[in-house]
Amino acid sequence: MNEKIEVDIKVPNQTRYLGLIGKIGEDIARTLKKYHGDREELAYHLNLVLTEAMANAICHANEGDPDKEVHIAITFADRVLNIKVYDQGQGFDVNSLPVPDFQNLEDHGRGIYIIRTLMDRVTYEKHDYGNVLEMQKTLT
Amino acid sequence: MMLNIVEKEAVILIEVKEERLDAHNSGELKSQMLSLFEEGKNNIVVALHDVRFVDSSGLGALVSGFKNASARNGNLKLCGLQTQVKSMFELTRLHRVFEIFPDTAEALASF
Repeated sequence: MNEKIEVDIKVPNQTRYLGLIGKIGEDIARTLKKYHGDREELAYHLNLVLTEAMANAICHANEGDPDKEVHIAITFADRVLNIKVYDQGQGFDVNSLPVPDFQNLEDHGRGIYIIRTLMDRVTYEKHDYGNVLEMQKTLT
Repeated sequence: MMLNIVEKEAVILIEVKEERLDAHNSGELKSQMLSLFEEGKNNIVVALHDVRFVDSSGLGALVSGFKNASARNGNLKLCGLQTQVKSMFELTRLHRVFEIFPDTAEALASF
């Protein structure tokens, strides 16, 4: 039987919900059938990319406005994990972000780099009322 | 956030008593360290034994502390990193920046 999972969740635009969303990513990693890699590593990575993408939406795209919300849609089908994080902001050009400068220590700028390193494909595009950061990874 | 701050002679030990160090609570760690620097306390050990998860904001707070300590001729060292947390430092190449010790006693004795 083809394993298919769909999780759709909306939370207020507040960092207190980061742990909740990250935990869902961990639980998916631990629940998947037939995953041959290191499950605890995958659990950490899914927690991390969800936390990074959501923190980005809250703090940058939605500019910390507590009345806005973040919508997260996670699907898993045909061994492909797809995560979409919808914000209600102006957006930014994900391709214009530089790789972190490893020589000069900066406090910021590692979030998108981490997502790009851990996922196979990352895009950031406009939708009806904001933008969506989409991340994909094939899990075998 | 839950932080235990203990003076160990010339070194300040900050024990992070949280499971997550992320964009929700890392600002508090950053400002707590800034108040220590303002008091002239520039040698710090951050103990992360209880921390199971750290994100880029958590790393950013530690980098900020490290830079501030170094600028004041002090140092900020780390101890007690769980395996997955340690791999975050490797992913972002920060393991080359921080001195990282397995346990608190070794970190404190290194000053």
